[in-house]
Amino acid sequence: MTTYRIQGRTGEWEVVIGLEVHAQVTSRAKLFSTASTAFGAEPNTQVSLVDAAMPGMLPVPNRECIRQAVRTGLAVEATINRWSRFDRKNYFYADLPQGYQISQLYHPLVGEGTLLVEADEKAGILQDKRIGIERIHVEQDAGKLMHDQHPSMSYVDLNRSGVALMEIVSRPDMRSPAEAGAYLRKLRAILRYVGSCDGNMEEGSLRADVNVSVRRPGEPLGTRTETKNVNSVRFVMQAIEHEARRQVELIEDGGTVVQETRLFDPGTGTTRSMRSKEDAQDYRYFPDPDLLPLELDESFVEECRASLPELPDAKRRRYIEVLGLSPYNARELTAEVETFARFETLLAETARSSGKGETEVATAVANWILSIAPGVMNALGAEANPAFATAAAQAAILDMQARGDISGGQAKEIFEHVLRSGRAPKEIAETEGLKQESDAGAIEAAVDRVLAANAEKVAEYRGGKDKLFGFFVGQVMKAMQGKGNPGLVNAVLKARLDG
Amino acid sequence: MTQLTDLGVMALRNGVARGDFTAAEVANAFNAAVAEGGALNAFIVTTPDHAAAAAARVDADRAAGKPLGPLAGVPIGMKDLFATRGVQTTAASAILEGFVPPYESTVSQRLWDAGAGMLGKLNLDQFAMGSSNETSHFGNVVSPWRRSDGGETPMSPGGSSGGSSAAIAARLCPAATGTDTGGSIRQPAAFTGICGIKPTYGRCSRWGVVAFASSLDQAGPMARSVEDCAVMLEAMAGFDPKDATSLDEPVPQWSAALDADLRGLKVGVPCEYRREGMDEAIVAVWEQGKAWLRDAGAQLVDISLPHTDYALPAYYIVAPAEASSNLARYDGVRYGLREAPAGVGLQEMYAATRAAGFGDEVKRRILIGTYVLSAGFYDAYYTQAQKVRTLVARDFRNAWAECDVILAPTTPTASFPLGSLSEDPLTMYLNDVFAVPASLAGLPAMSVPGGLNPDGLPLGLQIIGKPLDEQGVLNAGLAIEQRAGFTARPQRWW
Repeated sequence: MTTYRIQGRTGEWEVVIGLEVHAQVTSRAKLFSTASTAFGAEPNTQVSLVDAAMPGMLPVPNRECIRQAVRTGLAVEATINRWSRFDRKNYFYADLPQGYQISQLYHPLVGEGTLLVEADEKAGILQDKRIGIERIHVEQDAGKLMHDQHPSMSYVDLNRSGVALMEIVSRPDMRSPAEAGAYLRKLRAILRYVGSCDGNMEEGSLRADVNVSVRRPGEPLGTRTETKNVNSVRFVMQAIEHEARRQVELIEDGGTVVQETRLFDPGTGTTRSMRSKEDAQDYRYFPDPDLLPLELDESFVEECRASLPELPDAKRRRYIEVLGLSPYNARELTAEVETFARFETLLAETARSSGKGETEVATAVANWILSIAPGVMNALGAEANPAFATAAAQAAILDMQARGDISGGQAKEIFEHVLRSGRAPKEIAETEGLKQESDAGAIEAAVDRVLAANAEKVAEYRGGKDKLFGFFVGQVMKAMQGKGNPGLVNAVLKARLDG
Repeated sequence: MTQLTDLGVMALRNGVARGDFTAAEVANAFNAAVAEGGALNAFIVTTPDHAAAAAARVDADRAAGKPLGPLAGVPIGMKDLFATRGVQTTAASAILEGFVPPYESTVSQRLWDAGAGMLGKLNLDQFAMGSSNETSHFGNVVSPWRRSDGGETPMSPGGSSGGSSAAIAARLCPAATGTDTGGSIRQPAAFTGICGIKPTYGRCSRWGVVAFASSLDQAGPMARSVEDCAVMLEAMAGFDPKDATSLDEPVPQWSAALDADLRGLKVGVPCEYRREGMDEAIVAVWEQGKAWLRDAGAQLVDISLPHTDYALPAYYIVAPAEASSNLARYDGVRYGLREAPAGVGLQEMYAATRAAGFGDEVKRRILIGTYVLSAGFYDAYYTQAQKVRTLVARDFRNAWAECDVILAPTTPTASFPLGSLSEDPLTMYLNDVFAVPASLAGLPAMSVPGGLNPDGLPLGLQIIGKPLDEQGVLNAGLAIEQRAGFTARPQRWW
């Protein structure tokens, strides 16, 4: 829930947002041909006869693309339609060799689903919120026009032509740019968990059409505009903000919002009209007669279900309930595939090397992954070689810290050395003297020396000046060149002073 | 002495296998006949080298004692709707003139693999749209048949596979491929006194065949005997993973199982095909056909296919709708004709290219198809037509409870003079009235010669069968063939 409102001249406005996300399906071959889908190839080197729409060529559905879309549907708790069908969307453009896009209008592969956006006070999302997913269908991508290759002509690159896309259509359930951003991030995370889309927005693997309308709170929906092909979370949020404000100003100035397609300009953060509904094309959708209806049997769907990994919501719950992590840490760790992967690897390694249970070391590992390690890495900048940051090395550091052999500060220092040199943490601790003294005798001796040298302060402390405790800790640590185990130092001091 | 060009597929194959003559001799004879048959305009391009090379391979294999394919030594004609690697493939349209595919259609490849060679690419109605072979960019095909009045009126060979029918009737080739969307194999076969079978939809791969209406298009053979059709179809048919509508069914040895003994067979006679004011010669040949089948032991039963009258209108919605989309790829961007006057943009290039490249009939069907798919008209036309299609298919399913095959005329009239109907598209479309229902239902259907009309022009009888029952269709065809004793042939004037 948010109470995001646009303050207009005449009062408050509510924003209503729906997203249509186009996600490129991860598969080696295209949706209806065997051509490769690898990114960045030379123009027109990944084009089959089918993709170029040569006479007499026919589409044959790629099972893997269908499988990935079904897995995605299952990951958002959606209905999988056992019977679906491909339709042709007819229009002429130079990047569309067939003269039609094979899509699914009437009978999509995936029906109603839902996606959980978690509360995030910083972003103004006060409670968890479920965003409805209306449908997911699969369709072909188009080619790409290149206008900068020739003074008077445009060139066409058909490498993308026929690549499988999933169009994931949300319900108009979002009410703020932050919710839309959170939805998109969550959707991206789910796609990447599932492995059905690499989520790479820079390469165009994931892009969103943003539907925005405004209304007085509680009133019926206003007329929406659709801003096409927005390719980052930030831009989606900017586009919504700009578009909502534009609509509010328009209405307040006595105008009306027209249903139209708009373009987002990342340079200015604004949207501009592309075409209105009046000159919208008539796509003449009809069932593709080259393809039979897609009928899925139970075992196929079950195989898809069984192949799903632990998904973000379930993982987050497990981190909190089983590993005892804070909700914040759990959310941060599960937001990205890379983060939880690093966490789980390091957690397992640390538990193994220290002989402790995962739950025992989880919080330390989580803190290390989320704040300590990135802090050290950032501070070192270019001096750090990330390749040295192996799970084994980091686990060794965490293990030493857990055993009390090194302090938190020493752990950071050792990690710095590791990042610079790749040397083994244990060896660094030895040779650089980065070990803390946990020997009770040594600590007691140091404490006794400090107390003897500061008899006056001891008396003051015992007279009630509690704050001096910190002074004594500092003195002891200084006497031990900072290597005293802080826990033990505290305990011995406490015993001597209060005893 | 029998000329080689008078022989059919089986006779040529067996003769080559026995060593009565060489494949090279056969190829030479047909190449010569093709070269002399220019007046028929049956071929868009001739490929004598292809036929000769295939023959040379067969002769070499035979000399080496290697096994020969089922069509070894048989040169055939290839309708110019099938993509042939390295040989111009045009669909008889200016928009594809000069297009040389770097690929071979599945059906043609299967024929080459069976030992056949190619005499040339056969003329047709442009994009297979037409029933008279008058819509080709490369000119009309002229039927070898003329009326028996001694006149020289050029007659239509039927369409769209009119090049195929004319060439076979004129003995320019023993067999050819055809395609049938709404009668394009059966009607020209009937017009020229030959046989042609459209198998069950999905039997022959559509891969590499220029699409007209995907849900209806089906390749099939045309030849001068039922057995020749059977052996050709065995080579052409078969599952193709490159065509999602291809049937994954074994291909029976139809030729080996041919049997004209129809005892126990029930033949349905649909009352709806008996039309008001029907050509008397057609009525007569139909009656004759019934008598022949009865004579072969079959039992005739009256059946009803109540939605017959709606089939043709539904066809002329569904087929143009699919065509309007299928032909969108001919846009001047990647291959074929491009008309791009200096300074014009993309839309103008599309318009100029398609205006110049497509013929009138093709444009008419694109316009009809675009219209019936438009917002606001889709339900009234396309959806309604699909419902009719379902009902037509159901009519046949109900009929199969009462009969095993259906006997009907192939066409409502015999061939007509070229030019006589070209200004009257609706009458032209009516030519396919008996052919279209089986197309909408995806059923196997064949035309066999039944006799001549009083003008000396051939008439065809049509047999429609159950899904996948090509054998039943061929057997009934064989029974008619044996009794009709159709030996008439066009007198050579070309």
